[in-house]
Amino acid sequence: MLIPILANVPTPPSTFDGITEAIAVFVLLLVFVMLRQALLHSQVRLYALQSLAVSALAGVLATNEHAGDLFVLAGLSFVLKVIIVPVVVLHLLREAEVDLAGSQRFGVASAVLLGVAVSVFAFLAVGSVHIGGSGAKGLPVPALGAAAATVLVSFVLVMYRADVVSQAIGFFSMENGVSVASLVIAARMQSILEVAFLFDLLVAGVAFALIMRAHHRRSASLSTETLDQLRG
Amino acid sequence: MSLVLIAIMVVPPVAGATSWWAGPRLRGAATVTSGAATFGLALALVPAVARGRPVSRARTAGGGQVVLYGQHAVTALGNWLRVDSLSLVFLLATAFLYALTAIFAVGYVFAEHGADAIYRRRLFAGMNIFAWAMAMAPLVNNIGLLWVAIEVTTVVSALLVAIEGTDSAVEAAWKYVLLGSLGLGLSLLATVVMYHAGSYSLGQAYDLSFTKLVGAAARFPAGTVRLAYLLAVLGFGTKVGFFPVHTWLPDAHSEAPTPVSALLSGALLATCFYAILRYYQITERAAGVAFARDVLAGFGVATLLLGALYLASQRDLKRMLAYSSVEHMGILAIGMSFASPLAVAGVLLHVLAHAAAKGTAFFGAGSVVRKLRTKDLERIRGGMGLLPWSGPLLVAAMLGLSALPPFGTFRSEFSIVAGGLSGASTGLGQVLSAVLVVLVTLAFLGLSWHITQVMASPGPSGGTTVAKGETSKLMVLAMSLALLGLVILGVHPPAQLDNLFHGAVSELGA
Repeated sequence: MLIPILANVPTPPSTFDGITEAIAVFVLLLVFVMLRQALLHSQVRLYALQSLAVSALAGVLATNEHAGDLFVLAGLSFVLKVIIVPVVVLHLLREAEVDLAGSQRFGVASAVLLGVAVSVFAFLAVGSVHIGGSGAKGLPVPALGAAAATVLVSFVLVMYRADVVSQAIGFFSMENGVSVASLVIAARMQSILEVAFLFDLLVAGVAFALIMRAHHRRSASLSTETLDQLRG
Repeated sequence: MSLVLIAIMVVPPVAGATSWWAGPRLRGAATVTSGAATFGLALALVPAVARGRPVSRARTAGGGQVVLYGQHAVTALGNWLRVDSLSLVFLLATAFLYALTAIFAVGYVFAEHGADAIYRRRLFAGMNIFAWAMAMAPLVNNIGLLWVAIEVTTVVSALLVAIEGTDSAVEAAWKYVLLGSLGLGLSLLATVVMYHAGSYSLGQAYDLSFTKLVGAAARFPAGTVRLAYLLAVLGFGTKVGFFPVHTWLPDAHSEAPTPVSALLSGALLATCFYAILRYYQITERAAGVAFARDVLAGFGVATLLLGALYLASQRDLKRMLAYSSVEHMGILAIGMSFASPLAVAGVLLHVLAHAAAKGTAFFGAGSVVRKLRTKDLERIRGGMGLLPWSGPLLVAAMLGLSALPPFGTFRSEFSIVAGGLSGASTGLGQVLSAVLVVLVTLAFLGLSWHITQVMASPGPSGGTTVAKGETSKLMVLAMSLALLGLVILGVHPPAQLDNLFHGAVSELGA
């Protein structure tokens, strides 16, 4: 009698699954903090912390799977996202001598509520397609939901803030969400592709920086409210 | 033939480096040589790829059978580079436009920015790298590397859009890089999800080559593949210009220098559509053709409707051409949604014809803007009289964009509509064919109204004196060659091109 009942009890998550899910949720929570943060410097530091969490996730997976290429990926991710991109953006901020984020298109409470709504949608959407299902191959589905939610809340950040730094950070944060998804469901993807993705992020970061700089030179502002000449 | 692929991979970056480091004359020469060489190399691949016929078949999720990669394909670098019928069509479109844009750019730059060495260096180097990234997208045999190539096009072209350094150019570049990158973030997620779908039958570690994915697609979980496809259509669709994520397109196309506008419109949009077609190939095998088709139908109708409506209300010549591009991308999506062999062949012909027509039109618009110093349709008058060659060529290009005979766009749109009405298509396809005809007619009216005003009305306005005559013979040459290509595609497309289309139609499962 006891054995059939025990057979229906869901298997508790392993320590590895627990760590993965905790990091994925931490990454998601940091986007919500970015939504609330009014100081651009703090926003960049939050992005660096979020990237550190993503690099740590890569490290945890590398340890669990004994995969040397994942260690390399974690190292590259750390150098690029935790150091280079934040340093470049902070340098631009020092040049611009601006620290307060641009005007918000709607209130903080509305932005957070919208973030919660899109997060719920992301978890439900991931659950409905059973992407990690069918035995799940040891993949934690909640972590994937958190990654998808990170992507969507980052979209909200881009829409919500009317300044180039916040919008760029929103894009980088979205990329962190994709990285988490990639680590959770495609950890063994060819490392050459992972490196190519990281390199592309670097190049995109340079393009963002150049255009941000050009915008600041012309308008003496980081606000996107002045970018309204082209319509229709 | 493998060497041809490697040469295409090498030539444009070498020209880019030369353009950056060399003197002013060598910059133009290197770019024109690279453009012509890339087009020549792409043409050299046609006989090798077009002679193939389907030889293998695979089961679909619905129990049917589709033809697999049985065509001849040219590979290089251990299968990392691979050109089959489908990818060659898109490579030809890019290479053709690259060659003509290079010629146009030499005339344009020396007429417009003759003394600005930094501008010339940035433009030529950027154009070569941009064209290289677009040529690499159909060349790579891997959906991950395809994403990388398209991301490189975004970064380089965003910088090219901002190259003029005006307020509106910076605004357009910012909107483009932000929206384009967000869209590509979604398509990166699509790549990851597709990888996961493949891991159910290909194992945890495998390469993302098309051949492997298409071959095993019938065993992929349908729900996961559907999610990847939706993300890919939305993500790459941002760069194709699908409604509602098209908003960067009119701004970027109108503010970029004319040679870049031509490449953006005639080549880049099609390259991103190619990425969607690769996901389409996998999805129809894993989840059935109906889902893949219906998604494209929805985006296609909304995009075509938007393009047709906005065309009529434009006040800016280049912006009007940008909305024409939106309209044509809608036509491509609807054509694919018909999923009949005739319609799909029409779509592939339309990719080539649109590249030629949009090249001619943007080159003509560049000549008009250069002559009259305005893009404002209200202020442009007497184009036919002032530009004895470019004026009539621009009018012909507009007629081509409106899909009138004898141009290639007429043949391609006729094939698409006929394919939609044919027995191979569904009832929905027949309704969509009717919608397509109505909306294309609406777009034709908008284009005709504007171009009649601009070109046929008498003399320039405002009492300004503008000398009659062309700005540059090279600009006229580029326009003439582009229009010649458009006419050839309409009157008598080469037989080998037909073979290529048949091969590509089979690959797409139509």
